[in-house]
Amino acid sequence: MKNGKSSSVVINLDGQDVEVPAGINLVEAASLHGTEVPHYCYHPKLSVAGNCRMCLVEMGTPMRDRATGEAILDEHGKQKIGWIPKPVIGCGTNVSQGMHVKTSSPMVKDSREGIMEFLLVNHPLDCPICDQAGECRLQEFATDYGRGYSRYVERKNVKPKRTRLGPRVTLDDERCILCSRCIRFCQEVVDDDVLGFVDRGSFSTLTCFPGKELSNNYSLNTVDLCPVGALTSTDFRFKMRVWFLKESSSICTESSAGSNITVSSREGVIHRITPRRNDEVNDSWMSDSGRELYKNVTSEDRLMKAKVDQEECTLSHAIETVKDTVDGKKLGIVGSCHSSLEEQFLLNKLAKITKAKKFLRGHFGEDDGILVSSDRTPNLRGSLVSGFSSRYPTDNLESLSKSLDKNELDVLLVIGEDLLASGIDLNQLNGVTLIFAGTHQNETSKLAKILIPTLTSFEKTGCFINRNFRVQSFKQAIPGPAGLLPDLQILSALIKSLEKDGIHRPDLSSIWKEMGKSSGSPLKGISFSDVPEDGLLIDGSKWSHLEFVEKKALNYTPARKAQKSK
Amino acid sequence: MAKTVVLERKPLSLSERTYLPQIATGLKTTFSNMFKEKVTLQYPEEKPAIPKNYRGIPTLVKDPNGREKCVSCQLCEFVCPPKAIRITPGSVPEGETDRAHVEKAPQEFEINMLRCIYCGYCQEVCPEEAIFLQDEYSSSGYSREEMINNKEKLYELGGTLPDAHYKWDKKKNEEDLGNDH
Repeated sequence: MKNGKSSSVVINLDGQDVEVPAGINLVEAASLHGTEVPHYCYHPKLSVAGNCRMCLVEMGTPMRDRATGEAILDEHGKQKIGWIPKPVIGCGTNVSQGMHVKTSSPMVKDSREGIMEFLLVNHPLDCPICDQAGECRLQEFATDYGRGYSRYVERKNVKPKRTRLGPRVTLDDERCILCSRCIRFCQEVVDDDVLGFVDRGSFSTLTCFPGKELSNNYSLNTVDLCPVGALTSTDFRFKMRVWFLKESSSICTESSAGSNITVSSREGVIHRITPRRNDEVNDSWMSDSGRELYKNVTSEDRLMKAKVDQEECTLSHAIETVKDTVDGKKLGIVGSCHSSLEEQFLLNKLAKITKAKKFLRGHFGEDDGILVSSDRTPNLRGSLVSGFSSRYPTDNLESLSKSLDKNELDVLLVIGEDLLASGIDLNQLNGVTLIFAGTHQNETSKLAKILIPTLTSFEKTGCFINRNFRVQSFKQAIPGPAGLLPDLQILSALIKSLEKDGIHRPDLSSIWKEMGKSSGSPLKGISFSDVPEDGLLIDGSKWSHLEFVEKKALNYTPARKAQKSK
Repeated sequence: MAKTVVLERKPLSLSERTYLPQIATGLKTTFSNMFKEKVTLQYPEEKPAIPKNYRGIPTLVKDPNGREKCVSCQLCEFVCPPKAIRITPGSVPEGETDRAHVEKAPQEFEINMLRCIYCGYCQEVCPEEAIFLQDEYSSSGYSREEMINNKEKLYELGGTLPDAHYKWDKKKNEEDLGNDH
């Protein structure tokens, strides 16, 4: 109860009384109860424009006498319903107590058919070459609610087919149905007002304002938003039809925002990355830079072969060599905030067994206030939760540099980081045996005595903890290159060989069981299968004294400021 | 158990014992065939007439203007039951005069004839009427690779078929005469 008003209302949806939250519109209310009200311009995360007219429904409210305010009853003693003589748009009509709605009456069906006919008047027959085909609302609703054939015999409008709106977005003007979602997205979410309609009537065309282009880092969201194939991704354009793509849920590794993503692949090749809706994290958006990350999987500098002393060998031989090199030596472990929570936990365990010194560096950049946070690693908080690090990492490896100067280390196990780019001098590494485990080549990997190639986050399963301390799991989307093993198995094999009479299994459920055991861990009582599709918020108050660098952004308020406002 | 009845074989007559009537009947058939019209074809030099609607090797066809009709929509690849078709889609760069108004065309189009079962679904599903199972039925090769027809081979096999639509000409007309703005 808020201000004496009930938080839910009862409406009559197609003859059935249903309870819905107060204040939502009819499209949402109907979808809550399994009824689809077709719509193009309405998007739950954008303002209501009401210009496509596809969501027309019949609506009526209980009648009251205007003079006395008394309910008008019909012959059965029930309150009469005052039906509005014309259909209303579902997206622009909010529910109210006792409201009656018809979503499939003959009038509603006629309206939809009429609207579909108007929308299709100037729409080209591009479906065979259109990238949207298969996930196109126009295609779907034309089949579901259209009349099935065209009565239009006049010439269709001809508009430009390949307009470059920005570096990553190409516009096919003919296909546009003028829903204005992209325009509202740019205004409301990115605050970069570049798109608008010019000309009138059926000549209306979407364009960029003079001298501007759609080049912001969120421009590709307009492609996802577009209910038809008008806005296309220049990268994905004509590459693959969507019905071939296998979709898997994953997490964006670009920054600690941890956008939920869908990875679309075919036969082990990733073709595109699109955002997955999660209202607690990324709404329905993600950054353009995050979408490019799949290219790392097949990039030329990817490490594909295990090497010992610059000579290719099998992975198991490399792991065995690591064991022999590490045993009894003074070991230092440089972890990575790109590793998953489970990997960091195993790495911590390995450090305990070998009594190794632990080092960690963070990667920081500009905060854009939306979905690219200043912490450019997906799992910095995971390193805290897993126990690998208790301090907030800095942008370099200063403590490692000091240790090296004091000759405290014989062997260094580096996970993915480039030491030479983290403030370590080549001379400092003299006399230190380097073991490098990572996905891509860098200056450090070239120096390594033992090189262990690992998998990217698209090729393995695990969890990241984002800036809200939300544990989010990512699933393997494609198989890794032949002969390579997930990091977890490599670390497990190492632990197994170094730990006396240790029993160790590299599967996620037993690692989670072990993680929950350590005292004070916020993961207590949680298992890997408990982490739902949209993530699980854990208690991060233990680390509230740390200076997290993230600024206020979409769905994120820095902990300290939140405390002040309370 | 059924009772076994032993039948006595009749003794052969005199004419039967000479075999001459049988030989004469046989020779009659032989000689009558010598003067009939020949039905044997000297395959592979001579080939039989293929009935209409025969489902031979799938091929790609061009329209009478010599432009490729396939837009690489990949529906045939999707519908192909034995997964014999493999298409690499490609986009047609703007400003190519001989392919004006075409935006998309296959970069590579492969049909593995070792997999193909000649079902004709590809022809049925094609929205551009670009793929046809024509009258060619024999294909052979010395290796597996040879049995994969690439785009060049498919167009060579397919040739040009009469066209009812002239899609690209229509597009051109639409642009020239349509409601330009």
